[in-house]
Amino acid sequence: MKFGKMKTHRRNRLLLVIFVVVMSGSGIAMALLALNENINLFYSPQEIVDGKAPVGQLIRAGGMVREGSVVRSDTDLTVSFRVSDLKNAEFTVHFEGILPDLFREGQGVIARGILRDDGEFVAEEVLAKHDEEYMPPELNDVIEQAHSEAAK
Amino acid sequence: MIAELGHFSLILALGISFCLMVLPSWGVYSRNLTLMHTGGSMAAGLFVFLLTSFLCLGYAFITDDFSVSYVARNSNTALPVAYKISAVWGAHEGSFLLWTLVLGTWTFAVALFSRDLTVDMRARVLSVLGVLAVGFILFLLLTSNPFDRSLPVYPTEGSDLNPLLQDFGLIVHPPMLYVGYVGFAVPFAFAIATLWSGRLDTAWARWSRPWTNIAWAFLTLGITLGSWWAYYELGWGGWWFWDAVENASFMPWLIGTALVHSLASTEKRGVFKSWTVLLAIAAFSLSLLGGFLVRSGVLTSVHAFAQDPERGLYILVFLVLVIGSSLTLYAVRAQGIKSNALFTWSSREALILVNNLLLAVATGAVLLGTLYPLAYEAFTGGDKISVGPPYFASVFVPIVMVLFAFMAISTRSRWKDTSAGFSPRRQAVYFAAAVAIVSLLSALLATLVFPVILVTSIALWITINLADDVLTRLRNKRAKLRALVSQPLSYYGMLFGHLGIVVSMIGVCCTVYFSTEKDVRMLPGEVVSLGGYEFEFHRMKKVQGPNYVADQGEIKVSRDGEPVTTLFPEKRLYTASQSVMTEADMDPGFFRDLYVALGEPVGESAWAVRVHVKPFVRWIWFGGLLVALGGILAVLDKRYRLSRRTSESVVGASVV
Repeated sequence: MKFGKMKTHRRNRLLLVIFVVVMSGSGIAMALLALNENINLFYSPQEIVDGKAPVGQLIRAGGMVREGSVVRSDTDLTVSFRVSDLKNAEFTVHFEGILPDLFREGQGVIARGILRDDGEFVAEEVLAKHDEEYMPPELNDVIEQAHSEAAK
Repeated sequence: MIAELGHFSLILALGISFCLMVLPSWGVYSRNLTLMHTGGSMAAGLFVFLLTSFLCLGYAFITDDFSVSYVARNSNTALPVAYKISAVWGAHEGSFLLWTLVLGTWTFAVALFSRDLTVDMRARVLSVLGVLAVGFILFLLLTSNPFDRSLPVYPTEGSDLNPLLQDFGLIVHPPMLYVGYVGFAVPFAFAIATLWSGRLDTAWARWSRPWTNIAWAFLTLGITLGSWWAYYELGWGGWWFWDAVENASFMPWLIGTALVHSLASTEKRGVFKSWTVLLAIAAFSLSLLGGFLVRSGVLTSVHAFAQDPERGLYILVFLVLVIGSSLTLYAVRAQGIKSNALFTWSSREALILVNNLLLAVATGAVLLGTLYPLAYEAFTGGDKISVGPPYFASVFVPIVMVLFAFMAISTRSRWKDTSAGFSPRRQAVYFAAAVAIVSLLSALLATLVFPVILVTSIALWITINLADDVLTRLRNKRAKLRALVSQPLSYYGMLFGHLGIVVSMIGVCCTVYFSTEKDVRMLPGEVVSLGGYEFEFHRMKKVQGPNYVADQGEIKVSRDGEPVTTLFPEKRLYTASQSVMTEADMDPGFFRDLYVALGEPVGESAWAVRVHVKPFVRWIWFGGLLVALGGILAVLDKRYRLSRRTSESVVGASVV
């Protein structure tokens, strides 16, 4: 079948189909590729302590900020604090910058950053819940698990 | 008493919406004209009772009726009156009541302005809107009644509105957004009514076009206001976060943009009929999905309301029913629709097709990134992930760049066949000229950044084409100015819409690439320099607000020793809820914003301070306003004002 001899509308339809397939195909391929590189897994304090979280990759981790664990620098904006699951697992988070308004000792946080091989977490972003009622689903699970296991 | 009245009229509204759902469609089924005509008065009744209900809730807020538990949770006697009113839609129950009222208003508007529709079409459209109203009002009454009382023991003082929402942006942003979201219910209803009647001609496109345009314009406005609000109130200078809920409003906008364009081709040329119907269904479905994401709390988001699985489940079921039944109807009826109009590959139709495909792919990419965490959790048995903003940037940006390139040439395109007035060589010259001008400018300003040059060049290329198009229209006209003024409003709508995108493009890329920011620890008297400006942390003082106390910083900004401005950022403690809020201060400007926010006290008298210099950031929202203006101008075009129009298709279905 010669392309040139096809009727115009049929050729148009063929071109259209090719165009749609190529367009959406490359769109999907691009999206999946980018998705693979940009998903950040969430780890609980227990998983961090057990060494289940990958070192040196961008991940998210969260729990409750332990009371009295926030240490600030006197010269710049570096701060560190301990994040726990209210049981026995906890780890240290280092951060440089401004903490969110709802960051409080004893409250939940989620940190996005990289786990160092010494087991301490370097955060590039710290998120706190944005009002009194709302709790991110990830944290809810961490705390519920901790409570239910403590009850056993 | 007033709260009970509100509750009661909500129940009445449910009854009326049920009648609106059943009676006109029964009339269509039994060919009973009287029943078909009931739609109009039902719609009016629905609107009146929803409005009554809404006003009652507003009254409960203004009079501090804390026996209504929704009021007690979201208001306070010390709250300024303007915020008491906006607190009505400050949390889940009330905002959904507003959402439902907006649906009632649209339904009433359709009943008022659709007298030139055929009787049976009008009955069908109103009845589809009635189905939606039943769903929404039932949801309110069953899961989220804003009029619930906590009697006999009720608090004497309310726990205050979330401080983030005590702001002008939040008074206007949700209503605009909802008018847009819910507005897509109208083209959806038209599409369903058309499928239902089986007469899928181009008339439905002409009916839905003004409604779609206006809903889309409001959605544009709502998103723009939301981004602006996030910038100064929430975002520490960020204006878009690819947050799940932002995406939820952005997806209907993208599909709505596609719909606005494809409706034009369906109306003018009778092409893409079934595709346009599908877009109308998709736009509203994505709006509903947005509602589900915001209210179910399934995704981590700065916007999420307190989660409630029961509500989430209800909306999910409603979503599945609406999408499922409309797609089934589509599958059954959309077959065999043929458009016989021919067009060539350089025609406006073809370019609109490209626009639609790119926008659909972009929406798909955003949808994938937004829902992927849910799918991942479901398939891996509870592993939680988030999709980072880089995903969206790396997928979305290339797609829209291609879209913008097509936008440049599409301005000069004509329906059916463009070859006569379109010259590839001229486009090449225009593009080269744009690149040359932009490069020269960047070289002069010593800011040679490749992505900025690329985006700005395309923006300029689009602008040149728009200008060329205007000049072409004025050629051969003696009175140029009069000819310019006498262009149809819809043409101005097109110009403003596209110019707005150009302005936003420039704003976005300059903000992304030229913004500078610093987080610093500052003692009084210390100076930090950024982007050619010196920010001196002068002093702190205490300030008393109506319902908060604040630490207010005084920051003197100068440039080369010349004072520019003094900024007063605040750290507020809202006394009722004991919550802390950052109130940034900024010096807005046409070419740059200076932005200062206080972090927290960090020992001694030192504070953590964030300073930003953000070039062109205002352009992002200014562009958004222009786009919205474009949409509104297009609706005001006088051809939509003609009250008498025959409902036959004006467009030749076969232009062979």
